[in-house]
Amino acid sequence: MVKKTVKTRSAQRSSPSASPPVSGRRQTEAELRDLQRLAFACISQPLGPGNATLTHFRDGRTMQEVAAGFIKPNDRLTSLDRIAIYNRQYWFRLMDCLWDDYPGLRALLGLRRFEKLRIAYLIEHPSKSFTMRNLGNHLVDFLEKHPELTAPLETMCLDMARFEWAQVVGFDGQEKKPLTVDDLLGQDPAMLRLSLQPYLTLLEMDYPLDDFVIAVKKRDASMRSEASNAVETDRVEKKPRRSRPPKAGKTFVAVHRHQNDLYYKRLEKPQYQILKALGEGETLTDACAAAIVGDGETDSSENPPWLFNLQTWFRSWAELGWFCRRDKA
Amino acid sequence: MPANRFNGYTDLGVGIGLRIPHYRHILEKKPTCDWFEIISENYMCDAGRPLEILDRILEQYKVVQHGVSMYFGSTDPLSREHLKRLKTLVKRTKTPFLSDHLCWGSVDGTYSHDLLPMPYTFAAAKVTARKVREVQDYLEVPICVENVSSYAEFHASEMTEWEFLSEVVEQADCGILLDVNNIYVSSMNHNFNPYDYLNNVPHDRVGQIHIAGHSKYEKYVLDTHDHAPIDPVWKMYEQAIRLCGPTNTLLEWDAHIPTFEDVYDEALKANRFIARAMKSPASRATSKERRAPVSAGR
Repeated sequence: MVKKTVKTRSAQRSSPSASPPVSGRRQTEAELRDLQRLAFACISQPLGPGNATLTHFRDGRTMQEVAAGFIKPNDRLTSLDRIAIYNRQYWFRLMDCLWDDYPGLRALLGLRRFEKLRIAYLIEHPSKSFTMRNLGNHLVDFLEKHPELTAPLETMCLDMARFEWAQVVGFDGQEKKPLTVDDLLGQDPAMLRLSLQPYLTLLEMDYPLDDFVIAVKKRDASMRSEASNAVETDRVEKKPRRSRPPKAGKTFVAVHRHQNDLYYKRLEKPQYQILKALGEGETLTDACAAAIVGDGETDSSENPPWLFNLQTWFRSWAELGWFCRRDKA
Repeated sequence: MPANRFNGYTDLGVGIGLRIPHYRHILEKKPTCDWFEIISENYMCDAGRPLEILDRILEQYKVVQHGVSMYFGSTDPLSREHLKRLKTLVKRTKTPFLSDHLCWGSVDGTYSHDLLPMPYTFAAAKVTARKVREVQDYLEVPICVENVSSYAEFHASEMTEWEFLSEVVEQADCGILLDVNNIYVSSMNHNFNPYDYLNNVPHDRVGQIHIAGHSKYEKYVLDTHDHAPIDPVWKMYEQAIRLCGPTNTLLEWDAHIPTFEDVYDEALKANRFIARAMKSPASRATSKERRAPVSAGR
């Protein structure tokens, strides 16, 4: 018992702790901050089996002891019971957000692995924004750092995370005043530098994940429709079936929106390369040259056949509103 | 009292929260509705569908902004990005006033996305009031702070919740968004008389009232906004009107959302209670008369 007491005191010094109320003395702002840090540490602790609050705090003390130190019990709930309500709410809310934003990743991994991934991600990247819209903005970096969470589908899952984040951006990302076809006419291609709309993301993927995600969303929608008479009394993530991963196949996609609807548009490789180079600040001439170099199928001494489509491509992209003026440096 | 400086001198009537399942109906049928409350954070984006919908709503209806993540009670400094985006939205909606919660929810830049209860201390009141004033000065619209539902209380508290609310709004010189359902839920969870709360807040500062439904569990009551308000909450609403006068009223319904008509019909029940409250003399209900049962079993 003595040993335990010593350990607890030592742990308390290195962990956020709340001062118990001292009769006649008011809380200071510093104590308020400490109290909020302690409370936050408790409610953001990962849940244990059965979504129960863990029995021990990160410093080794029991959660019962920690909770009793700053939360009042009532006639029905212990201090820990009351903290547990917030602990569950914290995790359910954030987990639900990733569930909604990453249906493709969920379908690739299956529920159990997706659950594990979400927890690991949220521990390493808790929300740093006032809006949950940004919750997944570190997921690609995280998956690159933790391939074990997606093996053996590391590449596919990385592609999927990029693809699904692109949809978040495409949904409500910034839109600049688009350049029209007329704005582009008569411009010197050797001098013309364009910018792409901030909401537009160009992706080079090793798998045709656009078709895969469309199929997953269709399936999920039909599951929701089938389950529409069910009353959700508890948090249940429905029928988390793992889908058969798509076969490998280089796929170039633009994730964008048009008239405020989200679209995935397949691109040919040279289209992707031209747009990518333009987005990186190359002139129109240099962007096309980069695409010619990158086109391994054509002899470098002759023009590739797609060059004849260039005007049509640009007209189509301009009509979609993808181009805008570059910001002045 | 209904139109006061805390709600931009508005007398909006009875409204409902603008929710996605109702978008199509509202845009196509243009139903009558006194006003809508929007969740500010849902429209604090750069572009896209949310803003398109909002603009179409603004063409037809009065809209008031309600926030969920300012966290006036957090010791963290205010987020400049959050404030800038909020001000952009305020200019877009021309909201006559704006509300957010009397709570905290972030620490050291990490967000819980929950409405966490405050310790009711003088230090917390000072921090909270200071931040409310800062936000009010920056946004240049009146602010009402809303009492939250809570499931935990701190040992550190130095006063009751209603005393804390009063302390904050007096120090900040701001308004109150009085959520009568939240008072009811917290009274069930913390064993106090909800009428003690209702009777003891500064009624002249109430700029808006929220009503909503909740869920009863075996040992606690959860603020779920997935039902119609229950009778005891409507009775509290009637008493609130008696004390504050007819005030901008809004029904929140966030889960298992019925049709627009069903939600708005439920909201319009408020008018019955307003009429009743106006007929009977303003009197403070005694604790014994109005004490609600504490048992909350299901």
